[in-house]
Amino acid sequence: MTEPSSSTGFTLTLDGVEVSAYRGETLWQVAKRAGETIPHLCFKDASGYRADGNCRACMVEIEGERALAASCLREAAPGMVVKSADSERARTAREGVMELLLVDQPARDDSPDRSSHFWAMADQLAIDATAVRERLPTRRQGAVHHVAPREDSLTHAQGHDDSHSAMRVNLDACIECNLCVRACREVQVNDVIGLAHRGSASKIVFDFDDPMGDSTCVACGECVQACPTGALMPATLVDQAGHGDSAAADRRVDSVCPYCGVGCQLTYHIKDDEILFVEGRDGPSNANRLCVKGRFGYDYPRHPSRLTTPLIRKPRIAKGIDPAFDPANPLTHFREASWDEALDVAARGLVDLKAAHGPAALAGFGSAKCSNEEAWLFQKLVRTGFGSNHVDHCTRLCHASSVAALMECIGSGAVTASFMQASEADVVILTGCNPAVNHPVAATFFKQAAKRGTKILILDPRGQALDAYAHRSVRFSPGADVALFNAMLNVIITEGLYDEAYIAQHTEGFEALEAHVVDMTPEAMSGLCGVEPETIREVARLYATAERAMIFWGMGISQHTHGTDNARCLISLALACGQTGRPGTGLHPLRGQNNVQGASDAGLIPMVMPDYQPVSDAQVRAAFEELWNTPLDPEPGLTVVEIMDAIHAGTIKGMYIQGENPAMSDPDLEHARQALGELEHLVVQDLFVTETAQFADVILPASAWPEKDGSVTNTNRQVQLGRAALPLPGQAKPDWWIIQEIAKRFGLGWDYQHPRDVFAEMKRGMPSLDHISWERLEREQSVTYPCPAEDAPGADVVFSDAFPTASGRAKFSPTRPLPPDEPVDDAFPTVLTTGRQLEHWHTGSMTRRATVLDDLEPEAVASLAPGELARLGLAPGDALTITTRRGAITLRARIDPAMPEGMVFVPFCYGEAAANLLTNPALDPYGKIPEFKYAACRLSPADAA
Amino acid sequence: MSVRVFVPRDTTALSLGADAVAARLEREARARGLALTLVRNGSRGAAWLEPLVEVETANGRLAFGPVIAEDIPGLLDAGLLDGDLLAGDTGHPLALGPTEALPWFARQQRLTFARIGLTDPLSIADYLAHDGYRGLETALTRTPQELVEEVKASGLRGRGGAAFPTGIKWQTVLDTPADQKYIVCNADEGDSGTFADRLAMECDPYLLIEGMTIAGLAVGATQGYIYLRSEYPLAKTILDAAIAHAEAAGYLGDDIRGSGHAFHLEVRLGAGAYICGEETSLLESLEGKRGLVRFKPPLPAIEGLFGRPTVVNNVLSLAAVPFILAEGAQAYADVGMGRSRGTLALQLAGNVKRGGLVELAFGASLRTLMEEFGGGTASGRPLRAVQVGGPLCAYLPESQWDLPLDYEAFAEVGAGVGHGGVVMFDDSVDMAEQARFSMEFCKTESCGKCTPCRIGSTRGVEVIDRIRAGENRAANLALLGELCETMEDGSLCAMGGMTPFPVRSALTHFPDDFRRPVEGD
Repeated sequence: MTEPSSSTGFTLTLDGVEVSAYRGETLWQVAKRAGETIPHLCFKDASGYRADGNCRACMVEIEGERALAASCLREAAPGMVVKSADSERARTAREGVMELLLVDQPARDDSPDRSSHFWAMADQLAIDATAVRERLPTRRQGAVHHVAPREDSLTHAQGHDDSHSAMRVNLDACIECNLCVRACREVQVNDVIGLAHRGSASKIVFDFDDPMGDSTCVACGECVQACPTGALMPATLVDQAGHGDSAAADRRVDSVCPYCGVGCQLTYHIKDDEILFVEGRDGPSNANRLCVKGRFGYDYPRHPSRLTTPLIRKPRIAKGIDPAFDPANPLTHFREASWDEALDVAARGLVDLKAAHGPAALAGFGSAKCSNEEAWLFQKLVRTGFGSNHVDHCTRLCHASSVAALMECIGSGAVTASFMQASEADVVILTGCNPAVNHPVAATFFKQAAKRGTKILILDPRGQALDAYAHRSVRFSPGADVALFNAMLNVIITEGLYDEAYIAQHTEGFEALEAHVVDMTPEAMSGLCGVEPETIREVARLYATAERAMIFWGMGISQHTHGTDNARCLISLALACGQTGRPGTGLHPLRGQNNVQGASDAGLIPMVMPDYQPVSDAQVRAAFEELWNTPLDPEPGLTVVEIMDAIHAGTIKGMYIQGENPAMSDPDLEHARQALGELEHLVVQDLFVTETAQFADVILPASAWPEKDGSVTNTNRQVQLGRAALPLPGQAKPDWWIIQEIAKRFGLGWDYQHPRDVFAEMKRGMPSLDHISWERLEREQSVTYPCPAEDAPGADVVFSDAFPTASGRAKFSPTRPLPPDEPVDDAFPTVLTTGRQLEHWHTGSMTRRATVLDDLEPEAVASLAPGELARLGLAPGDALTITTRRGAITLRARIDPAMPEGMVFVPFCYGEAAANLLTNPALDPYGKIPEFKYAACRLSPADAA
Repeated sequence: MSVRVFVPRDTTALSLGADAVAARLEREARARGLALTLVRNGSRGAAWLEPLVEVETANGRLAFGPVIAEDIPGLLDAGLLDGDLLAGDTGHPLALGPTEALPWFARQQRLTFARIGLTDPLSIADYLAHDGYRGLETALTRTPQELVEEVKASGLRGRGGAAFPTGIKWQTVLDTPADQKYIVCNADEGDSGTFADRLAMECDPYLLIEGMTIAGLAVGATQGYIYLRSEYPLAKTILDAAIAHAEAAGYLGDDIRGSGHAFHLEVRLGAGAYICGEETSLLESLEGKRGLVRFKPPLPAIEGLFGRPTVVNNVLSLAAVPFILAEGAQAYADVGMGRSRGTLALQLAGNVKRGGLVELAFGASLRTLMEEFGGGTASGRPLRAVQVGGPLCAYLPESQWDLPLDYEAFAEVGAGVGHGGVVMFDDSVDMAEQARFSMEFCKTESCGKCTPCRIGSTRGVEVIDRIRAGENRAANLALLGELCETMEDGSLCAMGGMTPFPVRSALTHFPDDFRRPVEGD
């Protein structure tokens, strides 16, 4: 909480002492600043938690008032005379409350959390639990929950509920403080937990008193983090008998979540070098919140199939996906090797190919899952060791088109404003994104904003959880983004809703856009995009006339052959309406991987050096040649899918793949896998024998995120520190160390002792890191770039004055609607679209090895509209075969009312039914991104296929 | 010539067979070729006489009661419609003589309930004919501040129980700027032994509508809600119809009687929770949420319904307003004692011979009320205790029956006037059981939000059980005292904060009851 300015300060008397207070502060906060922690149970001293004043443990006496007041809620006023520690009445009331609650608790040693906040407060008040139990009647036998018998309750809800794999419920310890209700409804805004019944029969329920595991709970675990008694606990902390201890950890390590681009800060609680549980930390982009992956998906590094030894392919074992292969027992196909041998074999294969065929015969895929420093080292290895620019990573498959459009139009590929700015916006457009699933903690900011009155406009072919919070949810025809957006531009221009002054001052090319969209009226575009003209007008007007509006987009925008055009349209909308550069405005492509922003910034991109400086620019090259003391290839390198094609063409013969899984993530997998099999030498560095590693000659056991130090950059441009929390298992090594060892074998004399050394070098090549030092990151946990000074915060909103283009102006880039590359037809009449699930990350290599996540989503599913299922004669759970021109997979059908008819959604994380066997590899001409979001397919019951 | 006969249709009369009486009357009259005009009036509030049938005569109405359908032939035989059927040897045993002359009515001072039972509740013409809407007429000629001043000057205090000066509450709402303000009528009449709100709404609905409309004019609110307990279905029917009629006649709507002022009114039903009679719970419930008590401040007058300035007043507070405007604040303020001005609607219930609504100026004694109006107990046994003001107020022993009915006088002895419910008990009452009931009522009806109320009451029941069972009596009596203290000092609202009142009063005044063995032990 920011300290209020002194102009709003005043004084009051607390226990006879004059103390300072500020307008809006509660008496509890005043006392806290004065050094006193007033006992509290239902009040959580954390951002986002409204004080409720129900437990009455924080009562104070205010002179002149008959009744005592709850200090957590009572606002301080000038001249108030308050008695807290000095008040006998307050002390009696606090103790009385505590005793009433305590007597209903299980005994401390039998309780689900013997170190709970509740017991700490009982200790603070010096309550003698034994004496209280002797004096006061206790919970009646048989009345399992709390104070009253609950004839009406379902049996499962009495006391213990172990129906969820991640959390344990024990209502015997519940004090009905409703912190979990606030956590669920107000903080994370998931609306699952509620209070049922009345008076002494009140109880916490999930949905309609369903078992937690059967409820609509999305397992964000916010309630567990909020619960002061242990009634809600991480399952890992509670034993069979229901006893637990949240203080069981022997150490804690502050780090960052390894999953999505939100970049939630978290704390690992560790005992005996194992993670016990994970807690959200008060980071700028998560405010203590986490999602199911970040909170419960942490045990993958200790999965039995974790690689702990370098492996070399056995002679005469064919490369490829062998259904009989067991990643937990790789010695059927590989043999163990020492690090020296493995590194020598790995490097020699590459060095030899370079010697025989030249630098262009090698390529590398770095990883957006690794640190900035590792990304830097990897691209440096390719550029200075391999000798080409054939280095890319999964950004190619996610936001390459967005970045292409942003670079072209505004001269910068990063977001212009953080997603927290949504709280300041009047209107927020969410298009081609599904934040509740893919950026769950960012979604909490959107939902909170919506509750405060921000109008959320969702434009998407599919429905989603956030529809419930949307002002308007507009479903348009798949692939018709450009038609819809141009129609919106047409409305804005024909109705004069654009911001003339902004356009004049900050942009160029508006006249061309004006002329360009003149014929793309809502009526003309309505047929293409399937949206009523009036709806198009309404949405356009809402966005254009809002005082402050933002646009967020995801892969639904970028993963099309017209992905760059999609993003251009969104940029034009923002520029035309002057909706950038101010708080509550901006353009924000929600980045996917935890470090896709940082890996891109660090130069894991074939056409640009770090900080997006073109390799074709001689001056840029010269600077890096000086920094690295090596000549650099002036030719831009090949992108992910192009590299696969080049392998087929025989020009690329050797690859080093670090933490990427193209054998699952590339489009048209059959083609990609063939390519991997054709490589003469493939080195894969990963945690597991992934599908890609099954094609490797050498596999190098690398580090999981919680096992190493390194910085990452999230979707908000916030650079944050990950810290080693666990020892590396077996012989596994940090990725940066492995890259360095390969580099050494290319004759590069690297000698980095720690990622901080790499970071120091990065600062010399990346102006974006100005004023951000490793020490500052250690101190401040998170620093946003660009940052104006060592002692100033970074810019949450950028480009208020000028854009980083030659002219300082942003550019309109007109577009025309184009059909998808592979439109549906009679033979393949259904649209196949792919993406992620809440519980699973990317290709599933980590999350399918995380116990809780795998338990929640254990098998491959395809989501279909109820009508679509009915048409196929299938019931939910039946086997469905999906066929495209490239392949077929069979998996279970799931009913999903949010799906439009004529479409099927398949998550791409399931190796046993890999969605990308089906997808179309056609590329966007600018971003070189494949059209993962649209392929023509045919559906059939599995037996009929 | 057709004789007008009145058969009430309020809930009390109906539950005692008034519909059957009315039907039988019409049938018998038709069969006998007698001309009669049946009027379904509201009740006059004398529950002990219901169904109270009245016959209009040149000299006023004659009363008969309590009448059941089977009495009708005999009454007609005796000349019910002749206009001169009186009690006595020549009359009929049910004949009571001129209604107004009955001492039970004659000795009351009806300001708020002046019209109940006289009129057809849904007839605006009848309402107007009996001085209705005179208050609004006056109000439309005044400024909001003048209206608030008038209410302040009347000395009217909240009749829901808290007795907060109504005019000051209105002033706060008037002074708080907002795009929308609300008038909310608390008609969640849930105190034991109370029915005055229901009588007002069922028997004289326009009175409440008029009062709310005046309140709207006074504070600048254009929307009103009557939060009505769902246990009053007839009141709902009558209010809905009355609101529709008032709208049609221009007494509600966008332009009240051509004044340019708007006021809209809606009835919303509760869902059976006593706690929703507490104003902040009521507002939560009205907003469609769980009926949980809100922390104050902010006061509802500043942030009330949907966060807007809101007048939350009891039915009887609002129903007192038309008189104040029609007759002037002074006329109201002239009645009463001390700081308790005007009249109090007392509701005699429990073990009482002559139960019903007794409207009296503040100042009368309980004894007068219970003996002269109530006529003692229904059982005929000696009166032993009385609970005045609902389940959160004290039980009074005989030593306190001479207290004047006055907010301050009652508060001084730890008692309350509350909403005017008077529940009488004869000497067979076990006051320890009554104390237990108080705790149990709190346990059942607490919103459950705050610890002292939710758990304190639960433990309270158990501790009283131990005391009654003779278990560690001294220690448990001390513990009960501590529990009461925790509830009084720690509770979020009056539910938990006042439950100890009846408990403590039982302990103080009837200590012997806590020492006798419980039946069956």
